[in-house]
Amino acid sequence: MKTTLLSGALALLLPVISLAGEYDLTVDRVEIDTGDFVKEGIGYNGASPGPVLRFKEGEDVTINVTNNLDEMTSIHWHGLILPFNQDGVPGISFAGIQPGETFTYKFPITQAGTYWFHSHSGFQEPDGAYGAIVIEPEGREPFRYNREYVVQLTDKHPHSGDRIMRNLKMMPDYYNREQQTVGEFFSDVSENGLMNTVKDRMAWGGMRMMKADVEDLQGFTGLINGKGPDQNWTGIFKPGERIRLRFINSSAMTYFDIRIPGLEMTVVQADGNNVQPVSVDEFRIGVAETYDVIVRPRDDKAYTIFAESMGRSGYARATLAPEEGMEGSVPELRESARLTMADMGGMHGMDHGSMEGMDHSQMAGMDHSAMKDMDHSNMEDMDHSNMEGMDHSQMAGMDHSAMKGMDHSNMEGMDHSNMAAGGASDPFYAPGSGLVPTAANGGKFLSYADLKAQSPLYEDREPTRDIELRLTGNMERYTWSINGVKYEDADPIRLQYGERVRFKFVNETMMTHPMHLHGMWSMLDVGAGQWNPVKHTISVQPGTTVFMETEVDEPGQWAFHCHLSYHAAAGMFRKVIVEGGPESTKAAVSAQTTGVGGDA
Amino acid sequence: MSRWTSWLVPMMAGLAAMPVLGFAQERIQDTTARKQPLKVWGAQFEEFEYRYSDDDEELAAWNGDFFYGTDALKVRWLTKGEYSIEEKAYEKLENQVVGQIPISDFFDAKAGVRFDTPKGPDRTYAVLGITGLAPQWFEVDANLFVSKDGETSTELDAEYELLLTNHWILAAALDATVAFSEDREIGVGKGLVSTETGLRLSYDVIDRSFSPYIGVVHERKYGDSADFARAEGGSTEDWFAVIGARLSF
Repeated sequence: MKTTLLSGALALLLPVISLAGEYDLTVDRVEIDTGDFVKEGIGYNGASPGPVLRFKEGEDVTINVTNNLDEMTSIHWHGLILPFNQDGVPGISFAGIQPGETFTYKFPITQAGTYWFHSHSGFQEPDGAYGAIVIEPEGREPFRYNREYVVQLTDKHPHSGDRIMRNLKMMPDYYNREQQTVGEFFSDVSENGLMNTVKDRMAWGGMRMMKADVEDLQGFTGLINGKGPDQNWTGIFKPGERIRLRFINSSAMTYFDIRIPGLEMTVVQADGNNVQPVSVDEFRIGVAETYDVIVRPRDDKAYTIFAESMGRSGYARATLAPEEGMEGSVPELRESARLTMADMGGMHGMDHGSMEGMDHSQMAGMDHSAMKDMDHSNMEDMDHSNMEGMDHSQMAGMDHSAMKGMDHSNMEGMDHSNMAAGGASDPFYAPGSGLVPTAANGGKFLSYADLKAQSPLYEDREPTRDIELRLTGNMERYTWSINGVKYEDADPIRLQYGERVRFKFVNETMMTHPMHLHGMWSMLDVGAGQWNPVKHTISVQPGTTVFMETEVDEPGQWAFHCHLSYHAAAGMFRKVIVEGGPESTKAAVSAQTTGVGGDA
Repeated sequence: MSRWTSWLVPMMAGLAAMPVLGFAQERIQDTTARKQPLKVWGAQFEEFEYRYSDDDEELAAWNGDFFYGTDALKVRWLTKGEYSIEEKAYEKLENQVVGQIPISDFFDAKAGVRFDTPKGPDRTYAVLGITGLAPQWFEVDANLFVSKDGETSTELDAEYELLLTNHWILAAALDATVAFSEDREIGVGKGLVSTETGLRLSYDVIDRSFSPYIGVVHERKYGDSADFARAEGGSTEDWFAVIGARLSF
């Protein structure tokens, strides 16, 4: 009662001062019905997912979060740039929100776009504690649309997060039901011959690695805006309208490949930042990423939004239709994904001698002319002797990042887009990777390489420091780490205010890791210089090296981790401390905590 | 030494940055569970079954373990037994409590004690072992036992799971015991003592928690151990049909 009175009084006062909004969120135990199963979970304002929070750029928001659980909670505003003590990570930003307590977040909204929020405590997020944030820009947007929908995905599992973690630690393949079977052995034999198949199985068995190790967590029901495939969330449109779909992947563990058969999608935003429009037939959304696309259905019929998991073990489905109750056909899941030796390229101590078929001599007709200023000096032991007259446009799926010790920093002006001419090719996957996505209709599949910032956020400048982060782990023990060290044993990463740091991610595991730095932007190096896209979460595929640059412009301490819930919890997590910086930020916002006495 | 310097440096830096100290104090230490080693527990029964032998002998048998701990150290209780339904007596009853630490990517070392309390004389052993995943997906467990009186023996277990489908699993298991010294009282002769070979076809009904199976088990004694068994009127070779379930919690 006291808080409502107080906030009422504040609400009367604040509009006079500036654009300000006050929002209330309660954290509650809720029931989640996926259509396949019903389970208890955690939600906001009585539901999971929570409400869509709509802010305006330039607004000062006050958000009262009341914890109705019997355990600690927290809310992290994923992708928002704010003072670190408002970032909502217990143990790093603040102490967390005790049961019965109301915590008041206050921060200015300095950006626009599609974001989301979620609990950063335990496994509350996989248990349902997430919601969407939509921020309306101050100025005009560089694209038009008639209506918009949030399309928030998750991978709802019948087991609780704690149980899943325990099962994965006990038996890392506990949930993997896409493993290679005797049947697959014989079908491989008929396709590739007995000797090749036996050799292949021996090579993988020797490493004690599974080709089928694409999705740790299977058996989930894909939800869109809280609705399972049978419950079929539906967005209404009038034929001819432009619809902005704000895709948010709030999954614990699952990457989705999204398509709307019959519609071309124009990607206009990634991770809340506008990108130069690119039309695609399908795109892959990593865990914690957001993509805004514009579609224009012209026919008076239902279109299916189909989101297949990367490993093809499950899917989410929704519908765009002129009226409620209409349905489009639902496609079949494609064949389950299999890793290849290329995805193992980054593995430590691996015997590359077994990687036959990596024969450079077949790369005839190569044209290096477009690759200006490329530094070959670090490429040890590479035999170029047979590479006569090569043309890169034929090199499907070539990824230079797997070449250890190769300096990409000088490859400015290199146009990767020419290399996507072949079928399955994406410079952000290991060459020959089994994970390279292809569009179901044979059309265009979005690559990171297609993302160019609409307008640069920062002046382009040389990075002042390089930091290498090797993404490491041991699947059999289900331990995940950075540079071989788990969070529990790790020192913080110390950055200096004012630096521009170039992070080099080297994925030495066979899994994809969506790396998320809190509080500061991650500029993904796609070779576009100042037009590199500005993101908050960057997927690093197995066997690849990916670079991102960060302007260290927010003091305080921040979380930096793999956004796969069970990888983060198993140790692929760091604290980043930004040293120095203006002291004014300290005074700008101070956290307020109001105990709700008397209610208990 | 290095610990002191690592304290000293931030202290000096802190002094130098006196004006910003107010801000620095806002940075809290992470004392949440995330910063602590992840503690995990689990219970599994690889075998939990009824055995019917070619001599019409009926047995209840199990082979399970319970663990609690972190990546760095686990405590494991392993239990194994064969109960004769007719005689209402334990033909075999073995419990181990071991500490387990990782020694390589795929292997752990174990050390602890083993208590055998079947019908007949009891035995207590010190246990040293390694357990883990060998290339080509063989789960192996090798142990060295030393009794109070200095008798030593080893046991090697290997298991392989063949996935007929992602739910139908054919598991082959081989246990072999070799003694380096004789323990006549409990029928153990020097050399290869016994083997137990099992083939079990299971189906995962509830996740991997409940997987009923049927199978065959072959037990055989060798050398002096076989002679001792014969002298006592026991059998040296048995075939069993088994029905049971693989369990995990």
